Parts: sequence; structure tokens; C-alpha cells
Amino acid sequence: MKTPQHLKPWIAAIAVTLALTGYFGWRLLGEDRLVFTPGNMTRGHYQIELACDACHTPFAGVKQEACIGCHGARLAASNDSHPKKKFEDPRNADRLEVLNALQCVTCHLEHRPQQTRAMGVTLPKDYCYHCHQEVGDDRPSHKNLAFDSCASAGCHHYHDNTALYEDFLVKHTNEPAITTRPSVPLRNLGRALHAAGVGGKKALGLADQDAPVGQANTKALHEWAATSHAHAGVNCRDCHQPKDQPQWIARPGHDACNHCHERETKGFLEGKHGMRLAQQNLPPMTPALARLPMQPDAHDRVLGCTSCHGAHAFNTRTAAADACLGCHDDKHSRAYEGSPHERLWRAEQSGAVPPRRGVACATCHLPRTIHQQDKGDTRIRVEHNQNWNLRPNEKMVKSVCLNCHGLGFALDALADPALIANNFNGKPARHVESVDWAAKRVSQPSQGVKP
Amino acid sequence: MKSMKVVVPALLLAGLGSGALATAAGITPQSMTDALHLVLDTDRTVYTKLIVNRLQNEEKVIKASEHWKEDKALVLPAQMFRAGAEMTRDKGATFSYSLLSLWPVNKQNKARTDAEKKGLQYVVDNKGKNFYAEETLGGKKYFTAVYPDYAVVPACVTCHNNHKDSPKNDFKIGDVMGAVVIRLPLDS
Repeated sequence: MKTPQHLKPWIAAIAVTLALTGYFGWRLLGEDRLVFTPGNMTRGHYQIELACDACHTPFAGVKQEACIGCHGARLAASNDSHPKKKFEDPRNADRLEVLNALQCVTCHLEHRPQQTRAMGVTLPKDYCYHCHQEVGDDRPSHKNLAFDSCASAGCHHYHDNTALYEDFLVKHTNEPAITTRPSVPLRNLGRALHAAGVGGKKALGLADQDAPVGQANTKALHEWAATSHAHAGVNCRDCHQPKDQPQWIARPGHDACNHCHERETKGFLEGKHGMRLAQQNLPPMTPALARLPMQPDAHDRVLGCTSCHGAHAFNTRTAAADACLGCHDDKHSRAYEGSPHERLWRAEQSGAVPPRRGVACATCHLPRTIHQQDKGDTRIRVEHNQNWNLRPNEKMVKSVCLNCHGLGFALDALADPALIANNFNGKPARHVESVDWAAKRVSQPSQGVKP
Repeated sequence: MKSMKVVVPALLLAGLGSGALATAAGITPQSMTDALHLVLDTDRTVYTKLIVNRLQNEEKVIKASEHWKEDKALVLPAQMFRAGAEMTRDKGATFSYSLLSLWPVNKQNKARTDAEKKGLQYVVDNKGKNFYAEETLGGKKYFTAVYPDYAVVPACVTCHNNHKDSPKNDFKIGDVMGAVVIRLPLDS
């Protein structure tokens, strides 16, 4: 039967609609939902751009809780200078009408690559003006400064000023470039595990291994026998067949590590290497997915705990530098070899300098953080979430740089992009004046607020 | 004074012992802010006298510091007050309170709204008296009460007089140094 002429456009329209509905429905239910993203995501979120539900609540947009769920702990730890609670008082209602500081998305819109600047900020750079336009009245030194320079000149940040506030600058005035006793904090994971009732068992040797027949090879067993795992009584089945598992697991995932290394695993899952694993239905991160340049032969590697630590050797020294350089191939990473930090690291390995003087990639990017416990005890552990101190880079000052360097030198170095690119091979070519200004204000009160 | 619905049980308020409080007809905004202020002011005085002034100025056991966490020191009385205000908000309180001054160390604590400006000047000029007003902020109507905040111990005056960010350096014990501002929403 011949289709009437006047129905043909309708049939075509219905066919196109059905086809589009089918296509988008298939994409929506499938793994690759990139077609729905309105624009590329920031470098902080692109790894999980296909996990829409991580940020979006269906029919409710991006809820504040989604941001706080991932970023809240760090903001709290850094004594956020502009927490939501500061703005909830009704006396700030007029300010909120100009800039709604109660919502992260006021300043950090995603999928806006054209307007996204440093720190994922999508507001014009002079946002400080809205509340601090009178700063020149209190600080004569600030009178003619542009408001777009507050957070870009190495002096202030909206959230984290833990190494930038005035009294801190004054306290660290006139420090030398390298302090008299440079030293990286000594981690004490063993003490933490012992206190938690983990470990403390009889040390094990090759004869004690409990792998089922045929499951272990000689190389793996010898590597294991030399580790602190064996020394702490951690046997094969503790990882390969934990109590809740009926079967031997040939390649345990991060869940196995999590039994004892809970904080480290948590950090890994929050960081760039593990954040995909923390989402449902996303395969692990691979170097091929990275935006930073990676070694060509590393593209297919799959990131988990053992990709850096090795499956049985668990050599933290390898994990701290060589593992990183096995994948990362950007200018900063390539310049590590031969840098002052690398020379110290190799010298420490050979015993030419005292322990804890060397600086590996992990020394700065997976910093050792100090946690106060009861009765004055402290835990020093490796923060496996590199976002903890990555950006703005002044977050690194207190957690890393000041272990070895004076504040002024550290701020200058971190403000010099060329020096960062060549992995600190040389002296800072930039100078951040905040330390000078703070010291001057204390020594010359006329620079201060008193009329 | 306009009556309003209040979220704090009348029995609790009655227990606070405010003389202006609670009739059978209801609780007025002023009686409620007076009662809140009585508790806030008492707790603030207790912390300042029994903790900070005693341990820092008299017994010299431990210092109080603006950077208390970093310095492993006591929280300053003003920070203690603000932390309480923020935690109260976090718990869902409909009222709010803050500590402001005509001579604030932290410039964000100077008077901003018209009621704050009038109120702070009033409690300085009329020692012993409170200031009450209604104001609209962000489209909502509030009952705003301003209470004088006095220098009660040497710790108050020595700290403020010597602070590099203090615009006034001649405070004496008994002076009005600032004001506690309490707001109640009047709209339901």
C-alpha cells in the first residue's frame, strides 16, 4: 500500500524522534554518558565525569552535600577562612544577595571550560572586592592594590590561609632558605596499627607461608618474606583470603589493604589515582585517561595500591619516586632526575646523607601528616590523597616545605612557575612580598590600622 | 511589643529567671532576647574570668591565643562566643547572635546594619541600657536587641589595648568594649 504523501513528513519525524530517543536512552543507560556533558570538566573532576550521580541529584541539580562529601574534611582541616557558617548570620544577608557564599557552585561551576580559572573558580577574579573593598582603610599598604591580585599574588586564598595569615608570616620572618635541621617527619604506622590491635604477631619467614599449594611462586614469597608484612605476622591468606572470603583471591584489590591501612586506602580513593574506584561502575584510572603527559608504555596500567607499591615487595621507597616516574612524563616529573631534591633522595638511599633528608615525589605530593592523638601522642601517616596539598600550592608550605625550608623562600619558590617546571633546579626568580609587609607592619605600627 | 511564636519552651525560659519574662499571654521578643542574653553574658563572663583571666593572667599556666590550635592555647573569649553562635546555628536555631564593636580587632565585626550602628552607639552613650529595634534583612523581618559588653577582667583590656589591630588602646575595666547583638525572626 502506498503511503499518502501528506503523512510522509510525520512518519519521518516520528522515526527520527524514536531513533534519537533510542540513541540517547542507550547512552544514558550505558557507561559512556559523555554526550550529555555540556562542557569539559575541570582537572579536579574529569576522572569521574561519567559518574554523573557523584555530583548531580536527579531533578535537584548539584547539592551542596555532594561538594562537602568530598571536600568538607580538607576545608575543615585547613580552618577554612570563609566557611558557610560565617555567612549564615542574617547580618550578612546583603552580602549573600551579591555573592551567595553558602553554595560552592556560586564560585565553582563545572562544565564551563571557557570561564574556569585557577582553583576551578568561575567568578571574575576580583570577587574579594564585594566584602573587602575597605581594606585600604585598615592596611595602607593595600590601598592601591588591584582586587584581582588578592588571591593570585601568593598572599591570600579564599579557603586555606594556614601558611599565609599575618601572625604566621611574622613568626617565620627572616628564616634561611634551608633550615638548620632539614628533616622529613618519620611515619609511625606500626605504632598506630599496634595501638589498634593490628599486628604485633610473631614474625614470619618463608617456612610459615600459608598459601594453598600452587598459588604462590618463589619470587613472590621471597619478596614477601623481606617485608614488614612478614615481620608483623601478616601471612598470604590475610590478603588473599581474608576471613570473610571463602575463595583464594589471586589479585586482591584495595579492599584487602583497607583491612589494616584504612586511612591510607581512604586517601587513595579520594585522590586522583583512586577516585574512579570510589565510584560505582567506573573502571580504575589508567594513565591513558590522564590529562597530564604520561609515559607511552604506561598507558594501559591499571591504578590500584599495588601499581605503586608492588604486589609483594611493598617497597615504599620505590613507591615514593620510581613508581611515579614510571608513568608521569610531564616537564616537572622529567626534571626530577638531577634536581637538588632527587640528589638528596639518592644520597639518602646510599647512606651519604642522614635518613629523612631525601625528597622523593611522594615527600611533597603524598605528604606525611601529623595527627594528634590522646595523651599527647601523635600519628604520622602518609596522606594518599594528593589533592590534600596540591592546589593552591601554598597548601604545601606547612605540610611539606617548612620541614626543610624557610617560609619566605618557600613562598617565592612556589610562586615561580619556571622553577616548579624545572623541579626547583635553581633559585626563585619571583618574590612574594607578604612576609616583608607583615614584618614591616609589626615593626612600624604606622603601617597598621591605628589612626 | 509584638508577640511571636518562639521555639524555646517557656519552661526553659522561665528557668532562666529573667525579670521581664513570660506572661500567660505569651513571650515577647524582648523577654526572649533578654533571657538569651542573660545566659550568654553569664557564660561569657564565667569563661573570661574563671578560665582565661585566671589561667593566663593570674596563675600564668597557659596562654590564650587567636591561633589557639596552632599555639596549643586557650580559645579567646570572643572566639569562644563566636564558636557557640556558629554551633547554635548549625543545630538549627532560628535566632542568631554575634559580638560586635565600634572598635573591632576583626574588622568584619564592626557594625554593618543600621540597627547595629545605632545600637552600638546607643549602648556606649547610655551605659547600662540596652537597645531594641526591628529591621529587615534579606527580605525577612527581625527583632534585634543590642546589649553592652563590658571589660570585666584585666585580660580584656590588656589584650585589646595591646593588639596591633585594635583601633582603641585605652580601654579600662568596666568600659563598654562592644555589644552582644541578638536577632529573632519575626516572620513565621
